[in-house]
Amino acid sequence: MLKDLITSIRTTAVLWILTAALYPLLIFAIGQLAFPTQANGSLLINDQGQVIGSTLIGQAFSSEEYFLSRPSAVNYSIGEDAAPTGLSGATNLAPSNPDLIALVEERAEILQAADIEPTADLVYSSGSGLDPHISPASALAQVDRIAAARNLSPDDLQTLIAANTEGRFLGILGEPAVNTVTLNLALDQLGNT
Amino acid sequence: MTQGFFQLAIALAILLAVAPFLGKYMARVFMGQRTILDPVAGPLERLLFATGGFSNQRAMRGGQYVRAILVSNLVMGILVFAIFMLQGVLPLDPTNLNAPDWDLALHTAISFVTNTNQQHYSGETTYSYFSQVGALGFLMFTSAATGIAVAIAFIRGLTGNSLGNFYVDLTLSITRILLPISVVGAIALLIAGVPETFAGPAVAQTLEGATQYIARGPVAHFEIIKELGENGGGFFGINSAHPYENPNNFTNLLETIIMLVIPAGLILTYGIMAGKPRQGQLIFGMVFIFYAALIAIAAVGEFQGNPLVNSILGEQAPNLEGKEVRFGWALTALWAVSTTGTMCGAVNGMHDSLMPPGGFATLSDMFLQIVWGGQGTGTAYLFVFLILTVFLTGLMVGRTPEFFSRKIEKREIVLASIILLAHPIAILIPGAITLAFPEILAGISNSGFHGISQVIYEYASAAANNGSGFEGLGDDTLWWNLSTSFSLIVGRYVPIIALVYLADSMTHKQPVPETAGTLHTDTFLFTGVTAGTIVILGALTFLPVLVLGPIAEGFAIAQAALGLN
Repeated sequence: MLKDLITSIRTTAVLWILTAALYPLLIFAIGQLAFPTQANGSLLINDQGQVIGSTLIGQAFSSEEYFLSRPSAVNYSIGEDAAPTGLSGATNLAPSNPDLIALVEERAEILQAADIEPTADLVYSSGSGLDPHISPASALAQVDRIAAARNLSPDDLQTLIAANTEGRFLGILGEPAVNTVTLNLALDQLGNT
Repeated sequence: MTQGFFQLAIALAILLAVAPFLGKYMARVFMGQRTILDPVAGPLERLLFATGGFSNQRAMRGGQYVRAILVSNLVMGILVFAIFMLQGVLPLDPTNLNAPDWDLALHTAISFVTNTNQQHYSGETTYSYFSQVGALGFLMFTSAATGIAVAIAFIRGLTGNSLGNFYVDLTLSITRILLPISVVGAIALLIAGVPETFAGPAVAQTLEGATQYIARGPVAHFEIIKELGENGGGFFGINSAHPYENPNNFTNLLETIIMLVIPAGLILTYGIMAGKPRQGQLIFGMVFIFYAALIAIAAVGEFQGNPLVNSILGEQAPNLEGKEVRFGWALTALWAVSTTGTMCGAVNGMHDSLMPPGGFATLSDMFLQIVWGGQGTGTAYLFVFLILTVFLTGLMVGRTPEFFSRKIEKREIVLASIILLAHPIAILIPGAITLAFPEILAGISNSGFHGISQVIYEYASAAANNGSGFEGLGDDTLWWNLSTSFSLIVGRYVPIIALVYLADSMTHKQPVPETAGTLHTDTFLFTGVTAGTIVILGALTFLPVLVLGPIAEGFAIAQAALGLN
């Protein structure tokens, strides 16, 4: 028994050094040296050097000058509730839960009031609460509204949407997805030039 | 719909192409044959064996093997618990997180040491980088390696060889399988966008001028072993739905395949090590059929969507509640069935929000425990089912049952029964107690039939060492932390101990010569009978809760939808 204990402690120590120290440090070094952008979270930084988000992390959009993103259970980790650690989370509402149906009805009404045809991804909330994407159909449904608010032609907007759409992997796997963060950023930059 | 099912077919085809390679490779590793990694791994292993104090590589008997597992797991568990309780004074804690409550720390330590990774917390708000890397990330390797070591000892025993040395197999599993694949996979994830930083959360001014707190961390190295080792404990609360854990469909494919390859490959490894590759292939085929059927059930449910919502939208749309747009219904259903089948437990969409067929498929996965099954243990359970089927068919024709030319007698059947009975005991008894006091104990967030599913899912996840959850459940309470700890321990160590003793007793049997009357287990007929045994045993035990949970919920939704039309 004592012999087992000693062997176990020694094994734990050496395996800890290998898997909990050397291995993470190796990946950390490779990340920071060779792929610093990805390793630090694919952050978006404006001309003043300020972090304005991440290409991978969604943001809440309520203004009619921006494409709306999906409903989020954690409001996209925005505001004092999320400080200082940041949040992620879902509603975890079951399909049979009346609260889910009530929320969907409410969101559909808000969309209709804004002249946007409700689509599935805009009435269902995401899993992570940070989903940066909407479906191409949801983006197209918002084109007229943005075009009016920004005085842009719908054709230009459709080009922008296409430029900010990530296709299926290898053309097969997953669903086409429009990145609302980069799309809305591109809208702002369009105004600046 | 066709496109979605085409995606599923492609993913399954990739699995079928990759699993045999790893299966053969793992067999070479544990049979001591030459492999491509010898020049690097050989010297490293000699160093680890020497510093660990087991250079002699002495083969262990059953009792010694069990003691080595229990003592080593206890030492690792205590180390990890201590790290949690001291995280406030340890380094790498940029958001100044203090020690969690003792019951949560205890549950987390047990959950990770048992290869379950059930999480009653959110990573970003509870555990420091030091705890995640030094405690959770460490156990992700050792708990997975423990499972593989037991699986290898089991097949050695079944085929009449000595069990081997636990510490040697534990180390080899890491140096030859888990670590090399993790290094390559982590770099691939990094390139694809998964972060690896020790810097604290980024604070951003969003386009609309609000302040966003973006949790980051050393994710890439953690993410890959999370999938590869069937661990499943997310770095972030929302696991692989989080864009930093799983940013795109390349990472999603990689993570899906990686979580399947070891349990799938190990079935073929068993065939090779037993000198009966056909046995491995037939069992592999049987499991594949179970797996594909459950995927189809879950995928169709998600594709058809929620009729109550569809009536608001005015069209049929997939259920996207708790899902990410980039993955869609098909790959979320694939992941859900894969993660519960392999006992990984990572999620890329919320299982609580799956349609009832998805709840049915994920619960069935965890009840059966062999739709690939846990790291190492799943394959061992499959062979326990083979032994049981040999026994049943032997009874029917009145012959002494034999498996791999060794007689199956009372002791073996008792041990096999213990392995199969520990599971329902660890689920149904605490489940019944919790459901008896719904107000005080249960913490159900979705009432009605779904609430029953929430409670049963939590215990099934603990007992099967899966770790996923119907996460709406309010589970960070003293009751849940302690009662699931019971299920975690019973679900892990009772079967493992029984497996080792079962292997040990087979080792010491005299082989019986094969005759014309010998029942061959590597035939289509026998595999079919085994599949029947698995389904009947599973159904007899768990059908009542499936009826009360997802099946009843499905009817309730259908009825409500009829009322609308």
